[in-house]
Amino acid sequence: MQHMKAELTTSEIDGSEVTGLAHVATPGALDLSHGTVLYLDAVTVSFDGFRALNELSLTVDAGELRCIIGPNGAGKTTLMDVITGKTRPDSGTAYFGQTLDLTRLNEHEIAGSGIGRKFQKPTVFEHHTVFENLELAIKVDKGIWTSLFWRLGAEQKDRIAATLDLIGLSALAGREAGTLSHGQKQWLEIGMLLAQEPKLLLLDEPVAGMTDAERERTAELFTSLAGEHSLIVVEHDMEFVTSIARKVTVLHEGRVLAEGTMEHVQNNEQVIEVYLGR
Amino acid sequence: MVIERLPHLYGTKGWLVIAAFLALVCVLMPALYLAVPEDSPFHVPAWLITLLGKIMCYALVALAMDLVWGYTGILSLGHGLFFALGGYALGMYLMRMIGREGESGSELPDFMVFLDWKELPWYWAGTDQFWYCALLIVLAPGLLALVFGYFAFRSRIKGVYFSIITQALTFAAMLLFFRNDTGFGGNNGFTDFKRILGFSLADPATKATLFIASGVTLILALLLCRYIVTSKLGRVLTAIRDTESRVRFCGYNPLPYKLFAWTLSAMLCGIAGALYVPQVGIINPSEMSPANSIEIAIWTAVGGRGTLVGPIIGAALVNGAKSWFTVAFPEYWLYFLGLLFILVTLFLPQGVMGLAQRLRSKCNT
Repeated sequence: MQHMKAELTTSEIDGSEVTGLAHVATPGALDLSHGTVLYLDAVTVSFDGFRALNELSLTVDAGELRCIIGPNGAGKTTLMDVITGKTRPDSGTAYFGQTLDLTRLNEHEIAGSGIGRKFQKPTVFEHHTVFENLELAIKVDKGIWTSLFWRLGAEQKDRIAATLDLIGLSALAGREAGTLSHGQKQWLEIGMLLAQEPKLLLLDEPVAGMTDAERERTAELFTSLAGEHSLIVVEHDMEFVTSIARKVTVLHEGRVLAEGTMEHVQNNEQVIEVYLGR
Repeated sequence: MVIERLPHLYGTKGWLVIAAFLALVCVLMPALYLAVPEDSPFHVPAWLITLLGKIMCYALVALAMDLVWGYTGILSLGHGLFFALGGYALGMYLMRMIGREGESGSELPDFMVFLDWKELPWYWAGTDQFWYCALLIVLAPGLLALVFGYFAFRSRIKGVYFSIITQALTFAAMLLFFRNDTGFGGNNGFTDFKRILGFSLADPATKATLFIASGVTLILALLLCRYIVTSKLGRVLTAIRDTESRVRFCGYNPLPYKLFAWTLSAMLCGIAGALYVPQVGIINPSEMSPANSIEIAIWTAVGGRGTLVGPIIGAALVNGAKSWFTVAFPEYWLYFLGLLFILVTLFLPQGVMGLAQRLRSKCNT
């Protein structure tokens, strides 16, 4: 794109030379210049002939809070697997921002470039303390030699303390994560996600096992994160989805059935038929 | 950074135990062996020095095993191979040091003369130099582990599949080393050693030195492993053991982490093998037999996985029992070992260390 010397205007933005309408693409870095954080086109994944994702296309804007709903087997988890590099699509394209081809990167590379994932079942490091869980997650160089000679800096300590505060686990920082309640583990995992400072958060059933008060706090947190971050929330709990959703995508049999506001989706006849009506 | 953390690796009690162990191994035992006359009741006989030296080598292997199994969750059933490779590397140096004093009176090792070989195979070139063999001791097992581990971990082979492949690897190597024409001395292996670095192996002072070297190496390896497992790298290793996928989604590539623990473990085994051979006086392919590697896993399990000190104790207990048992009831040793493994798995999943901890917490309440 640098070669497009359109000779229109030449200006300096962020220290990199910008010529005309084109801009400099930094390899490995997230590029949100066109306002799209996630772009999936005709993604197909089949397992032994069963099409878990069937030419699925989906676009998520930067800063959006998107909810994905759909009956069991609709392909929600497979979709997350494709985005995080756990499953390679048989065909189709998947881009993170403008430049990062998700079908070519490994899980850790995708995580490093700014996609964080919360699993359906809360997955924390059970034999590590709450503090150590966050220490492992925070955004630093994750190479082996850095880890061997690692010393926690003041800045990182502050960040962990702030995260602990946010997820309400400050008092339990020294506890082994395996001894936490289900809801607390959910929070810890969300905290680990935030500590990674991702640009896009994938949250698979984040409020399962939480009390009503915790759900409310989660809804608040997610709404406050949107804008700075982009979020994709997969959830079965319709009440929760209604409370946070701006735009909802309904998946069915591996493809997008409907998309729009909650109201729009709820009134869609096809949706009522396959999902909400049952 | 490293120096700063060193004093904090263990508490006061831990350092005292280490100091006591070093005093025992470096001063007391050698003194009782060398300086006290043989008819005195305090004299430590040569066979005991050799036995304890041997056990310390085994303990080093169990320690190395704990790094990969206890901390990283990779059960190797082929660690005997790395041990044997280190042993063979030093063994060849000892063979070369026999010089013309062998039965054949040739510069070539006897078994090569019997095979009617005229010169040393290319892969043994340079083995008359101690420094080269010292390199070989860590590099041969290290490189094999690195290459094998790279392909296995990259293909994400885990759990029992990985264990079976390591078992097959050591078995294949054993068959290779058993053959006469591969240049490893066939089923007799290397033996009849005379001297190391110019010192006679029959000399009690040499024996005592090797004994001390084994003890010091064991402690240095313990501190190294302790440094690793208490670093963030160690916490990543245990995280990989518990939930590897989470580690990936946190942005870590588990491959270099697993390779590091695996390769280092193999190198420690090589060093253990090299210390073992001059004390025992023989290395042969039976060290690579699948049963030997399984036994290493048993020592570690008996002592308590993920504790470092536990496997050292486990190796000492099992081998101590073995040397008594194989004299008293030679036929029943394997049955006993099997029974021990079953009992530990069922009732002492945390091994002796777990038992000690449980007793301690019971006393406190």
